[in-house]
Amino acid sequence: MTSFIMRRIGLAAIILLIVAILLFSMMHLIPGDPTVVALGPRSTPEMREAFREMMGLDQPILKQLALFLGRLAEGNLGEDVWSKRPVLTMIFEVLPYTATLAVASFLWAVTLGILLGCFAVVHHGKWPDWLIGILSVGFVAVPSFVVALYSLLIFAVSLNWLPAIGAGTPGDFISQLKALVLPSFAIGLGWVGYVARLVRAAMIEAMGENYTRTLRSFGVSERRIIFRYALRQALIAVLSVIAIGFGGLLTGSVFAEIVFSRPGLGKMTYDAVMSRNYPLVMGTVLVTSGLYVTCMIIADVVTAWIDPRVRSAL
Amino acid sequence: MAVIGIDTNPLQSQTREPGWLRRSGRVVSDIFHTPLGGIGITLVVLILVVAVFAQWIAPYNPTAISVKERLAGPSFTHLLGTDQLGRDLFSRVIVGTQTAMMVAISALSIALVAALPLGLIAGYGPRWLDAALILVFDSLSSLPMIMLGLAIVVLLGPGIPTVILVIVLYSVPSYARLVRTQTLSLKSRDFIKAEQAMNASTPRILFNHLLPNVIGPLLILACLDISTVITLEAGLSFLGLGVKPQVPSWGNILSDGFSVIRSTALPVIAGGAPLILATIGFTFFGEALRDALDPKLARERKP
Amino acid sequence: MTPGPATATPVNPAPVLELADVSISYSGIVPAVVGVDLMVMPGEIVGIIGESGSGKSTLAHSVLGLLPDSAQISGKTLSLNGIDMLGASEQAMRQLRGPAAAMIFQNPMTTFSPMHKLGRQLMDLLWRERGLSNKEKRQKILKALQDVGLPDPAARLEAYPFQLSGGMLQRVAIAAALLMRPSLLVADEPTTALDVTMEAQILHLMHEIRRNAGVSILMISHHLGVIAEICDRVAVMYAGRIVEEGPVDVIFADPRHPYTKALFACEPALIETGATRLPVIGGEVPRPVRIGCGFAGRCPQVLECCCNATPPWVAVGAGNVSHFSRCHRSAP
Repeated sequence: MTSFIMRRIGLAAIILLIVAILLFSMMHLIPGDPTVVALGPRSTPEMREAFREMMGLDQPILKQLALFLGRLAEGNLGEDVWSKRPVLTMIFEVLPYTATLAVASFLWAVTLGILLGCFAVVHHGKWPDWLIGILSVGFVAVPSFVVALYSLLIFAVSLNWLPAIGAGTPGDFISQLKALVLPSFAIGLGWVGYVARLVRAAMIEAMGENYTRTLRSFGVSERRIIFRYALRQALIAVLSVIAIGFGGLLTGSVFAEIVFSRPGLGKMTYDAVMSRNYPLVMGTVLVTSGLYVTCMIIADVVTAWIDPRVRSAL
Repeated sequence: MAVIGIDTNPLQSQTREPGWLRRSGRVVSDIFHTPLGGIGITLVVLILVVAVFAQWIAPYNPTAISVKERLAGPSFTHLLGTDQLGRDLFSRVIVGTQTAMMVAISALSIALVAALPLGLIAGYGPRWLDAALILVFDSLSSLPMIMLGLAIVVLLGPGIPTVILVIVLYSVPSYARLVRTQTLSLKSRDFIKAEQAMNASTPRILFNHLLPNVIGPLLILACLDISTVITLEAGLSFLGLGVKPQVPSWGNILSDGFSVIRSTALPVIAGGAPLILATIGFTFFGEALRDALDPKLARERKP
Repeated sequence: MTPGPATATPVNPAPVLELADVSISYSGIVPAVVGVDLMVMPGEIVGIIGESGSGKSTLAHSVLGLLPDSAQISGKTLSLNGIDMLGASEQAMRQLRGPAAAMIFQNPMTTFSPMHKLGRQLMDLLWRERGLSNKEKRQKILKALQDVGLPDPAARLEAYPFQLSGGMLQRVAIAAALLMRPSLLVADEPTTALDVTMEAQILHLMHEIRRNAGVSILMISHHLGVIAEICDRVAVMYAGRIVEEGPVDVIFADPRHPYTKALFACEPALIETGATRLPVIGGEVPRPVRIGCGFAGRCPQVLECCCNATPPWVAVGAGNVSHFSRCHRSAP
C-alpha cells in the first residue's frame, strides 16, 4: 500500500513539475520582452524591474528555471506585482470561500445524482428511466455559467429571493448559506447528471453480473440486490470520479464566482488576468493543479482501499 | 468433449470494415430512432444551417451601432430587441452561431490533425518517447482547462487564435491517446508483420491501416467534444478573454447582457438560449452516434 | 422406472419437475429451446448433455425463471413441485426459488459478489428465516459448510470470495443451495471451471447430497464422464431439442440417435488407442430449427424427410425400458 501511494505521489510531483515548466517557458516562448509579455504594455518600469529581479531574468535561461523551481520547492510562489504581497498568502486567504462553494455544490449534487441514478435503475426500461437519462445528459451539456446567469436572473434579479452578489455577511451563517445557494446550484447541476448516469450505468452493469443471478436464484428481492449489492459497486465508481471531479469543481467555480461576484480562487485568478498579473496567475494555476493531482491521488487510494481484491494485492 | 466446428478464420487480415460508408445510412436511421438522437440531429442540422446561411438570415448588420435604439424591447423590427449599443440582438445571435461553429470546427480540425502524428509517434516510437509523451498528455489533462486558458490569455492577449490554441491544447491529449492505443494494437497484429516482411515501410503501413480504424472513434470523440468547445469559447468570450468584443458571439452577447442584467433580462436570455440548444444538440447527437457506432454498448447480456 | 440407488419408488410419485413442449426464444426471433419434454422424479439425478449452444443452459435457467427479459418462454407445462411456473408472477416465482429449486452455477469464482464477505452474502441468502437471530443463522451456515466438507468454515465467513479456491467456492455454493432444503437442485456445469481432482470431489459430494437429503438433481454438462458418473437418466440435447433420452447405462451401451452415436465416437476416453484419425462430426452446430431435425445437415444417415418434418418421439427401449429417440430412422 505504501509503495502504491508513494508511486502515485511521485507521478503527481512529476506532473506538477511539468506544469511549472510549462508556465515558465510560455512566458519566454512568446516573442518580446518577457516582462512586457507577462505584465502587459501598461505596466510601470518599476514593476517590470521588480519582476525581472524576482524571476532572475538577467540570468541564463536554465539558471532562471532552476531558480524558479527552487523557489517553488520552498513554497514561495512569488509576489503580486501590484500589492507586493506574497502570492501564497493571497491564495490561502480566498481558498476557504472556494472550498466551501465546492463542498456545498458537491454535497447536494452527488446526493441527488445517486438518488436519481437509483430511481432510474429501479424503473429500468420504463419512462422514468428515459426521462432521467435525457435530463442527465442535458444537465451535463448545459454550460455552468449559463445556469449561473439564468438562475441569477430568475431568483436574484426577478424574484429577489436570494442575494445576487457576494458570499454573505461574515459571521452570519444564514446569510452565508443564502449566498451559497445559487452558485452551488450552477456548479452542481452538471454533476447531478454526471453522477446519475454513472450510478445508473454501474448498477445496470452490476445487475448483469453472475453474482446477482445467484442472489436472484435464492429469491432475494430485486430491491435488496439493487441497494445492498449493485449500489455498493456503483458507489465505488462514483467515489473514484468524485475525488477527481472535486479538483475540477474548484475550477468550475471560476464562472460562478465571477457571475455572483463571490470572493474566491477563480475570481482572484480572473482579476489577476485582467490586470496582467502573471505571477499571481502562475501561482493560482499551480495551486489548482496541485489540488487537482492531490484529489487524483486520494481517488486512487480510496478506490484501491474499498475494493477488497485490490486492497489485499497492495 | 465432442465435436466443435472451426470458428471464423483466424488469419483474417482485414482492418477495413467493409462498407463503412454504406453502413452510415443505417447509422443515421439508428440515431433518428432514439429520442436523444432525434432531438440531437434536429438541433445540429438547424445550427449548421443557421451557421452557413447566417449572413442571409440576419436581418441587420450585427455590428451596426444605433444609439437611438439602445436596449429596445422585442418588436417586429427587432425580434429580440437590441443591446446597449442599439445592435440588433437577433442578428447577433444568428451571426454568433457562425462564430461558434467556425471556432469549434477549426480548432477541433487542428487538434485532430495534430493528434494523428503525435499518437503515431507515441505508439510506434521508442518507449522513452512514448512515456514522455504520455506524461505530457497527462499533465495537460490534469491542468484545469479554464486555468490553462487564463494563463495563455494573459500572455497572448484575447482573440480567436488564442481561443483556438486553448481548445487545441485541451483536446489533443485525448485524441492522441486514442491514436496511440490503436497504433499499439495494430503494431502487434500479424498482418502488419507480414507487410513488414515484404519490405514496406512500417510507419506508412501503420498509417494506412490506422486511419480507417481511428477515424470513427475520433469523430465520435470530437462530436462529444464540440459542446465542451463551444462552452469554452463562449465562456472565455463571456469573461472578455475570447473573441474581440465587437465580433458577434454568444459569449459576448452574454457578457454585454450581464452588465445590464438589472435593467433588462432579454440579452442574457437571448445569448444563453442558443448556447443551451447547441450544447444539448451536439451532446445528444454525439451520444447517439456513439451508441449507434459502438456495438459493444448495443449488445445485450445473455446468461 | 429409474434404477436410482436411493429411490424408494412409491406408486405414481408426482414429478419434482415437469416440462411439456417448452420452447424458449430470444428477442422473439432466435429460438434456443424447441419443444422440450422432461421429467425429474423425487430423488432422481437427471443429466442433460449437449454442446455449447445446444440450449441446455437456457433450459436450466428457465426452470427457476432466471431468463433475461429478452427471452420468451412458451409451452404446455413447466411446473415445480406441481406448481405452474409459466403463468406465475415474478413474485410467485421468487417464493419458489430456493425452497422448490436451487441452482449452482458454472463459474464459482463469479457466483458471489467480490465486494462482500462470504458470511454477509450467505446471511442475505437466508432472508426467508426471519424468525432466526443472526447468531442462529450463523450457526446454521457453519453447519451447512461443515456438511459439504469445507475446511475451517468459521474463517471462511470472514473471507472475500477471491480468497478461496474455485473448488471451495463451489462447496460454499452447494452448501448455500442445501440450506434452502430444495426439492430440486439444478447444477449448470458445476465442475467445468474446476480441475479434475476438484471435479471428482464435487461429484462425490453431489452423490452424498442425493443420498442424505433426498434431493433431485438436474445436472447440465457437456462432459460425458460427469454424466456417466452420477446420473440415473440422461437427455441428449442438440440444437435446442432433446433428441434422445433414457437410463444412463442403456444410452451409453446402445445409443440410438445418430447424434448421440457421433457424440460418443468423439469422446476421448472412448476412442480406441492407436486410432490414426480423431473422429469429428463434420459441419457446424446449427441454430435450433422449429421444423425438421436439427442434425440433418451433419447426419451421415440423413433422409429426405429429415429437413421438412420434425421426427417423432419414439420409444426405442427393449421391453419396458423407457428409452426414447427423436429420429426418422427409429420411427416405425
